[in-house]
Amino acid sequence: MANLECNFAGIKSPNPFWLASGPPANTAYQVINAFKAGWGGAVWKTLGVPIVNVSSRYGAMSYKNEKIAGFNNIELITDRSLEDNLKDMKEVKEKFPNHALIASMMFEKKEEWHDCIKKCEDIGVDGFELNYGCPHGMCERGMGSAVGQNPDVCEKITSWVMEVAKKPVIVKLTPNITDITKAGLAAQRGGANAVSLINTINSVTGIDLDTMEPNPKVAGLSSHGGYCGPAVKPIALNMIAELTNHPDFHLPISGIGGIETWRDAAEHILMGASTVQVCTAVMHYGFKIVQDMTEGLSNYLDSQKMKSVLELSGITAKKLRKWEDLDLNYKIIASIDEEKCIGCQLCYIACEDGAHQAIALLKNSRVPKIKEDHCVGCNLCSLVCPVESCISMINVTTNKQKLIWKEHPKNPINIAIGTSLKR
Amino acid sequence: MKTSIKEIKETKNNFAKIKPLLTDNEAHIEAARCLFCHDAPCITACPTSIDIPLFIRQIMTQNTTGAAKTIFSQNILGKSCGNVCPTEILCEGACVYNNLNEKPIDIGRLQAYATEHAIKNDIRFFQKGKSTGKKIAVIGGGPAGLSCAHKLTESGHEVTVFEASENAGGLNTYGVAPYKFSNEDAKEEIEYISKIGFKIKTNNKITKDDLPKLEKDYDAIFIGVGLGNTKPLKIEGENLKGVTGATEFIYNLRKNNQKIKIGKEVVVIGGGNTAIDAAVESAKLGAKVTIIYRRTEHEQGAYYFEIELAKQNGVQFKYLISPKTINGKGSVESITCTNNKLMPSKNGNKANIEEIKRSEFTIPCNMVIIAAGQEKQIDFLKSIKDLKLDNGKITVNKTFQTTNPKYFAGGDAINGGKEVVNAVANGRDAARAIDKYLMQEAR
Repeated sequence: MANLECNFAGIKSPNPFWLASGPPANTAYQVINAFKAGWGGAVWKTLGVPIVNVSSRYGAMSYKNEKIAGFNNIELITDRSLEDNLKDMKEVKEKFPNHALIASMMFEKKEEWHDCIKKCEDIGVDGFELNYGCPHGMCERGMGSAVGQNPDVCEKITSWVMEVAKKPVIVKLTPNITDITKAGLAAQRGGANAVSLINTINSVTGIDLDTMEPNPKVAGLSSHGGYCGPAVKPIALNMIAELTNHPDFHLPISGIGGIETWRDAAEHILMGASTVQVCTAVMHYGFKIVQDMTEGLSNYLDSQKMKSVLELSGITAKKLRKWEDLDLNYKIIASIDEEKCIGCQLCYIACEDGAHQAIALLKNSRVPKIKEDHCVGCNLCSLVCPVESCISMINVTTNKQKLIWKEHPKNPINIAIGTSLKR
Repeated sequence: MKTSIKEIKETKNNFAKIKPLLTDNEAHIEAARCLFCHDAPCITACPTSIDIPLFIRQIMTQNTTGAAKTIFSQNILGKSCGNVCPTEILCEGACVYNNLNEKPIDIGRLQAYATEHAIKNDIRFFQKGKSTGKKIAVIGGGPAGLSCAHKLTESGHEVTVFEASENAGGLNTYGVAPYKFSNEDAKEEIEYISKIGFKIKTNNKITKDDLPKLEKDYDAIFIGVGLGNTKPLKIEGENLKGVTGATEFIYNLRKNNQKIKIGKEVVVIGGGNTAIDAAVESAKLGAKVTIIYRRTEHEQGAYYFEIELAKQNGVQFKYLISPKTINGKGSVESITCTNNKLMPSKNGNKANIEEIKRSEFTIPCNMVIIAAGQEKQIDFLKSIKDLKLDNGKITVNKTFQTTNPKYFAGGDAINGGKEVVNAVANGRDAARAIDKYLMQEAR
């Protein structure tokens, strides 16, 4: 059986599943329950100068029967005193010495960072996470994403922390930035031992159409919040891969963003993460979900004949390339399994109205037919089909050599070269 | 708090809706399941061709008023149809989820939900059209007649519905099972529909003597008289007290809000849906009920889900049995039956029934309900000039015009007894044809 134990930039944990910094990791009571349930580590709710919160704080984006397809919050960092938090963290560490306990932090002044780091190391934390990501409330005070969005500041503050920190330091990155690698490289230059991403995304989850107030409501008003939950996973996967694939970036990555199951976790790991952090899914379902996460990931590693999470890490990132590196001569077309088709004709209308008019209806049959000479292999029909493996995309042999855009005759650069050669 | 089983039984309303109105939350969850098929099979399966995926999507987006409009523009009796249609063999039977071995969308209940919203809040979508000066008489205030009257009024005609009973509604008021559609439901629906502005004259049975005046006063006449009384079995003892036809039994039950007397042991004769309704209703009133049918289970006319409902209500089924005599002094005491066997027929038709000799036996009972089909209103129909009948059913062309051009017809009177939804479709389409017939020159 695969071994899920991790050593993430020097932080050891029994498995790669950590509670992300947030409401589930606010107290000793919660984190002890989480570790009992099987979580391998916890990143404590961000320490800092205690704040005051509003009510309400959370909003959700529902889609049909999914109540929480996306989630956001306008809650700030810890509202508890540093002393209370340190006392709780000490209790957890004493009870679970082999689990990873990471202190998340956010301060303004160098002295404050230094002071907190020392106090945390005194009670035995395993590492630090610098919160450069929170997109609301704190950034207006020059913290959170205000730091993450400015690579120079990111590097500077990281270097402050590295002056005193003896334990590994993770920098948590904000996705509210055009190029995530700029922030990641800045953290690396500042001396960080690892990065974690993504933090939450600027968002408004919805509007009450009766009152025309945005969510979550605070006395008739709201504020943009940090978006997370299942809907953000695709953004996280891309950003993790961008860092993994950057030739100058070498730090370990802790994946965050839309992880609810072992499958989501496996995807983060395949893009280059080596631990993962979860918050929204715990807020939705509680700590118990980790049971299937650890078992599912372990079984998956076994099925792939892998012995550790590290073996899986980054495999798929290598397969994510620039568009111009893709083979333009590769061709697939749709194929409908008539036996499985239930006759909803969603594929027909999707292709007819929304794509390439490559599906026909036949008289006396509900089963649509692919017009193979019209099909561009776009996938749309197979995506809208409600039946598992009813529409499959079949590889068509073109007998043509791989041809990428850089070498394509229609590429304007190649036309220019051709013209100049003619001259 | 502890509640004994007995207490629950006593407080239970036996005639409560078997498919209660969906809550908002239930409706939204169910609506979100719909796949929104292209050229959806459920629409094709609906005799009134309601755009079902559209109204379900409208429920999902909480545009419930829009959903009701979508339904009513095809079927003004959308509420009763949502409640009483055999959806299992119509729209829901055609739902593509069946092909996936998944539960089909609960279309009937979603339809009931949307239409109830419009009726309860009195949101109306149709107005009386600009007056054409044409007058139309509708004979029979059942589903066909009401649907026809509504559509004709929308076109601007002056419509009067003549209803023989105390209340309009036909089957919806006097025929369908009250645990599907209550008297209150029927009353509300008729009030809602008739607000468009047609007259309903109740307790106004049209007889052959009324016809000359009717023909003189009205430009066209729609016949929606439905069927007549239960066909007698023509066996000894049929006139005993406690013997009743199923149609009459149900009429009585509905008329008296289920407050009728029932025998302790009831035998229902017949294998169709009416037999099932009478049996279940008797059971719900507290009787021990046996259905006897002369053929086998597989040849029974009743829908499988109705048979299931009867079994759930404790109704016993006995097959291959024919009634011979009903016995008793003044009132019913028992019924004597014989066992049958089926003999293959020569020309590939339905197997013949052959009585097994010396198989006579007696079932003790104090009520017998006969549900062996209904008579047609032949005497009345025969009194209309030039009206061609086929086996008692009025012959119509594809525009629902009879062989007497002034008369149009629809519903059970032309099809011999189908669903409410078929009658609604006929009434609507006949109204379109009547409008065309009357307005050919004018428009």
